[in-house]
Amino acid sequence: METSAAARVHPSPRKILDSVVIRFAGDSGDGMQLTGSQFTTATAMAGNDLATFPDFPAEIRAPAGTTYGVSGFQIHFAAHDIRTPGDAPDVLVAMNPAALMVNIDALEPGGLVVINTGAFNKNNLAKAGYEESPLDDGSLDPFRVLAIDITKMTLESVKGSGLGSKDAQRCKNMWTLGLMYWLFGRERESTVRWLEKKFAKNPKVAEANIAALNAGHIYGENAELPHGIGAYQVPAAKLEPGEYRNISGNEATAWGLVTGARLAGLEIVYGSYPITPASNLLHNLARLKQFGVTTFQAEDEIAAVSAAVGASFGGAIGITGTSGPGVALKSEAIGLAIATELPLVIVDVQRGGPSTGLPTKTEQSDLFQAVWGRNGDAPLAVLAAATPGDCFYMAVEALRIAVKYMTPVMLLTDGYLANGAEPWHLPDIDALEPFPVKFHEDPEGFMPFMRDKDSLARVWAIPGTPGLEHRIGGLEKQQDTGHISYDPANHHMMTKLREAKVQRIAKDFPKAAIDQGDPRGDMLVVGWGSTYGAISQAVRMLREQGRKVSHLHLRNIWPLPEGVGDLLRSFGSVLVPELNNGQLVKLLRAEYLVDAESLTKIAGQPFRIGELVEAVEERLNRSLQ
Amino acid sequence: MSPNAPKKKYTRKDFSSDQEVRWCPGCGDYAILAAVQRILPDLGGTPENTVFISGIGCSSRFPYYMNTYGFHTIHGRAPAIATGLKLANPELDVWVITGDGDGLSIGGNHLLHVLRRNVDLQILLFNNQIYGLTKGQYSPTSQVGKVTPSSPLGSVDQPVVPARFALGACATFVARSYDTSKRLPETLTDARKHDGAAFIEILQNCPVFNDGVFDLITDRKTGPAYQLWLENGQPMRFGANGEKGLRMNPETLTLEVVTVGEDGITEADIVIHDETNLSLAWMLTDLPGVVALGVLYRQPGPVYNESVTKQRELAKERFGEPDIKALLRTGHTWTVV
Repeated sequence: METSAAARVHPSPRKILDSVVIRFAGDSGDGMQLTGSQFTTATAMAGNDLATFPDFPAEIRAPAGTTYGVSGFQIHFAAHDIRTPGDAPDVLVAMNPAALMVNIDALEPGGLVVINTGAFNKNNLAKAGYEESPLDDGSLDPFRVLAIDITKMTLESVKGSGLGSKDAQRCKNMWTLGLMYWLFGRERESTVRWLEKKFAKNPKVAEANIAALNAGHIYGENAELPHGIGAYQVPAAKLEPGEYRNISGNEATAWGLVTGARLAGLEIVYGSYPITPASNLLHNLARLKQFGVTTFQAEDEIAAVSAAVGASFGGAIGITGTSGPGVALKSEAIGLAIATELPLVIVDVQRGGPSTGLPTKTEQSDLFQAVWGRNGDAPLAVLAAATPGDCFYMAVEALRIAVKYMTPVMLLTDGYLANGAEPWHLPDIDALEPFPVKFHEDPEGFMPFMRDKDSLARVWAIPGTPGLEHRIGGLEKQQDTGHISYDPANHHMMTKLREAKVQRIAKDFPKAAIDQGDPRGDMLVVGWGSTYGAISQAVRMLREQGRKVSHLHLRNIWPLPEGVGDLLRSFGSVLVPELNNGQLVKLLRAEYLVDAESLTKIAGQPFRIGELVEAVEERLNRSLQ
Repeated sequence: MSPNAPKKKYTRKDFSSDQEVRWCPGCGDYAILAAVQRILPDLGGTPENTVFISGIGCSSRFPYYMNTYGFHTIHGRAPAIATGLKLANPELDVWVITGDGDGLSIGGNHLLHVLRRNVDLQILLFNNQIYGLTKGQYSPTSQVGKVTPSSPLGSVDQPVVPARFALGACATFVARSYDTSKRLPETLTDARKHDGAAFIEILQNCPVFNDGVFDLITDRKTGPAYQLWLENGQPMRFGANGEKGLRMNPETLTLEVVTVGEDGITEADIVIHDETNLSLAWMLTDLPGVVALGVLYRQPGPVYNESVTKQRELAKERFGEPDIKALLRTGHTWTVV
């Protein structure tokens, strides 16, 4: 890394930190998400490992200055391998009183708080619920405070840009970013390039934003900062050699779907209806038409999945993406795909429920809906991605299973994975095994429900193929011929057959293996989905303390991989932390008759490492008493 | 099939499946099935490139009786499933079979959107003004006062006019016929030849739960007085001897039934049918004392699946050959050594 200007100006060396958690917080109109993602890019370029957590309200522009309009973006970056956006921030950037009010309790004593005093007027303080300014009442004494009139500084820095006062003020997030870049020794280059591109049609705005960014940086270089606040450095992490990029879960899912379709040799028809937090899956795929992707913004969730089913009938791979409420609406059509044994991929980017619930908050409460949420005995495969980057591989796997077994597959991600980002070691695409689809073409002895002996998948015979004309539908059908059948024995047999086919998918999975720790011990912590990072770190800390704790992480929810039962029975106790009211835990208890205990968090927020460590310790101590 | 291969001459039989037809004796669906099977060979279609997609209801059993590809789907969703199929393979000739309950009640939303998008399909809506498969409840096209098991004192729901719904949804082709009409094949053929979504309402008798509801219109004796067969560019005449016609009342701006030769009415007073006139088509959907049959409206517009295909080709031109490796490297990447 080149020596930065800041390092040259300040002869005193930067204080070396091992890891830092920063939370940017401001009004939903203050551009905090953009600020956070720019800081993320610059941090990735600096070679740190990182994880991010955007946390924003459902209101697009909540009334300015209110606590419910506060938008936050947390980034954890370190000189070592990390897996979560961090439990508590070390640094809080509060662009207004409401942002301070909402976030100050999360800051550890001694933490640094950067405050835009320009927004601390009577009106904003009242809106945030402060009777007295926290700048004066001593409530910030436990913290190191960097109070700057960022609004005024910004206006001065863009003077002469020709922007009106309102537009000029909007540059204050870039001023703040400039200051943060200086504090943590990040390069401004990537943000400058990004601004030039974003405002290519409006160079005046680009120049003003760049001026504000530079001014914030210069302020850091020259200003006499209060005692105890200086410049920091977080050295690059030792990551596995290779090519990296930042990736969010929804990006990774979209690219995984496209990659999977290429490996299958199929075109994609992606039917979707806009829904938080799945909408940008649709946006990402809509940009990839050149990859043989057709996106269909349907009139509703039902039409979205129906179009996908129709497309699969026609020989494309039908995919639909949504969140929990959307899956509820799609259930009947998913059942049709199960009954007609057509491939289909459903991506459920989970959010808080029930009903509309918490649209912008994360939760893992659709597991039951995914595994059992349909009329009739209607099995399908359920996968769950563990990290933003893992969404790519799980999307490829969802496609592979769907076309190999002629079955719907549900891929569970969540709001935390969808919007969170991490550095991602780019996969070697050439190393991914293709799974080309062969449509049935031979009319000799053809029957629409004849099956492959090993996979039990029925043949995929698509319209346009001479001699294979046939009819399918949601009515129960006779084995092989597919003719409508009300025969009692046939229905029993077909129900068992559909179940057996889905269970057979587990033969493709590696045997369940401990992710971290020994294959036997005092406690097995079993997780699934996006809690991977937090559980993994917690188990690491517990093991460092000598606790006999191991971590099992399930990416295949249904069917479960072989060997899970044996592992569960090899530990004194089993704890299943989930961001729901206890779903996987019930599935494990039902399948394996083990006394697994549930640890629930239903707050719309991810687990903190600390609370997991505490929960495990408490249980282990209890069992020793 | 290669374009040079000799074309097989298909017959009605080639389009009939080996499944026993299981509609009630006397059901209007038999006649519609026969008409469809008759026209397909003449239109140059092949069984392998023809697909029938239906929802749920008596009419939705239709695909089982066609020796083509077929998909008996779920209630109301056939238009959406057909849209997806057409996106996957635009070359297929796709027919949607629906009813008044399937298409206008549970599936009303999808019918609206498939019409406004103008997906290249034929949509046959069998209107018998009753729920047959669930044993006789009133439907969204039943007349007010209809006594059924779910409306013992008579239905109080205002019925929807299917053709009016279609025009409101910006359909580019709206036609009407009835099950036993000799001219049904002709209307079906017109629909098949239309590029885009072709909507045909087919009045269909349900002999079990709503017998005779269209008798006045379809009866050989009484029918001519109630059937106005539309011919593009021709005056709108009807009646047993063609003595009646439609005139534009200049004061109310509505169409009224008049008799040529009476009250000074001459042929010149009769309105000429113009299939491309939306205002006229709107008036024809619901006339006083007469039913307009044939093509009410035909005004070709951009076809959805063609526009989608064009955009995909444009994307390939603009962004070049797809490359996953390059895709994963869009934006910032960096190398750790």
